Amino acid sequence: MTEVLQRHSLTRRQVAWRIAQEIKEGSYVNLGIGSPELVANYIPEGREIFFHSENGILGMGPAPEPGQEDGNLINAGKKPVTLLPGGSYFNHTDSFAMIRGGHIDICVLGAYQVAQNGDLANWATLDTTKPPGVGGAMDLAVGAKQIFVMMDHCTKGGESKLMRTCTYPQTGYGVVKTIFTDLAVIDVTDQGFVAREIAKGLSLADIQAKTNAPLTLSDNYVILEPPELN
Amino acid sequence: MIDKRVETISDAVAGIADGAVILSSGFGDAGAPIELLEAIAKTNVSNLTIVSNNAGEGDYGLAALMKTGKVSRIICSYPISAGSIVFQGLYNTGKIQLEVVPQGTLSERMRAAGAGIGAFFTPTSANTKLGEGKESRIINDKEYVLEYPLKGDIALILAKQADRLGNVIYDKSARNFSPIMAMAATNTIVQVEEIVELGDMDPELIMTPGIFVNRVFVHTL
Repeated sequence: MTEVLQRHSLTRRQVAWRIAQEIKEGSYVNLGIGSPELVANYIPEGREIFFHSENGILGMGPAPEPGQEDGNLINAGKKPVTLLPGGSYFNHTDSFAMIRGGHIDICVLGAYQVAQNGDLANWATLDTTKPPGVGGAMDLAVGAKQIFVMMDHCTKGGESKLMRTCTYPQTGYGVVKTIFTDLAVIDVTDQGFVAREIAKGLSLADIQAKTNAPLTLSDNYVILEPPELN
Repeated sequence: MIDKRVETISDAVAGIADGAVILSSGFGDAGAPIELLEAIAKTNVSNLTIVSNNAGEGDYGLAALMKTGKVSRIICSYPISAGSIVFQGLYNTGKIQLEVVPQGTLSERMRAAGAGIGAFFTPTSANTKLGEGKESRIINDKEYVLEYPLKGDIALILAKQADRLGNVIYDKSARNFSPIMAMAATNTIVQVEEIVELGDMDPELIMTPGIFVNRVFVHTL
């Protein structure tokens, strides 16, 4: 990545913060394993959101205090969590009925690639020597009302992760609504990728240069300028 | 008097046939019937198929059973946890067959088996590598793939409490696949922490009714 992009790109926490602002009061939300878990830390004060975990939890709370961990109370990433008042436990078919049945308002997932029509590739790489593993990714991709993707705009090698068509094995077709990257907030529309927010200090041309599909700028675009977060 | 309790852990896992399909509860370690799996490792059964969300961790429980070479096939959604070292080794040397099934489909296929459903259509995996070769259908403009029931000969279940009739209560998110697997197997074996008297469990809160359970083994921690 060029120096200009590096200097102005958002941190993971800032991307998580931006996604958190997008989640409305009363939403039922599933956060994917890894970076998306950070989103829970930045939900604005006073906004009531229910976090769903595929292994049978609604109303999932933050990590417990050290020493309070319970091996029977874990999240999808198998890390210890807590249950908030009003939360509930249920079995796996009920959990995936919530997912597949369209009861989850927002699912935030990481991705290897997203195509301009919203195709999502996030479950397998091109390396066929390793065993595959899908977990709940395909169910979430087809079932949640809205799929948000949280990912770096480019791979570590500088290749765009926003594509004309995915080259990695696909998880779901035409399912992604919005992509939150370290450079921009990009909606997937009938006209392809539309940037509605771009990181302060960057131009559309800067971001287009790192996007492997046509990118247009929304008429009402705004500058994306999250707070400094540690 | 009906009493599904068994005295010893070897009684609990007695009579499992070669080639059996074993549904093993748990999501990671939460709800995993570690002791029952390790008891099977000590028997001389072979050519087992394991159905479980994950492929075991470390060298205990499911991993310990796989290490004995008694498992020739595993059906799971996510075998690639960092700790699944035993599985990785067997997979890399071609000693175990792997079928990856999306998690919701895995769970629904077992529910179908337990509920007498012949097959069902799900949108999950339509047009993907995991949906390849499956019958598909467009229903209300959406593509679905046909999935068949997944039935077990044996289910191994971890639970918190049971009574002698096999009524069961689970603890927190350790419930996960257990109620579904309990329905989906011919012979369901439950390992519990505690046995209670009939009537001590609130009938409104019983999560798996005893009709789905065949044996109860008490493993006190």
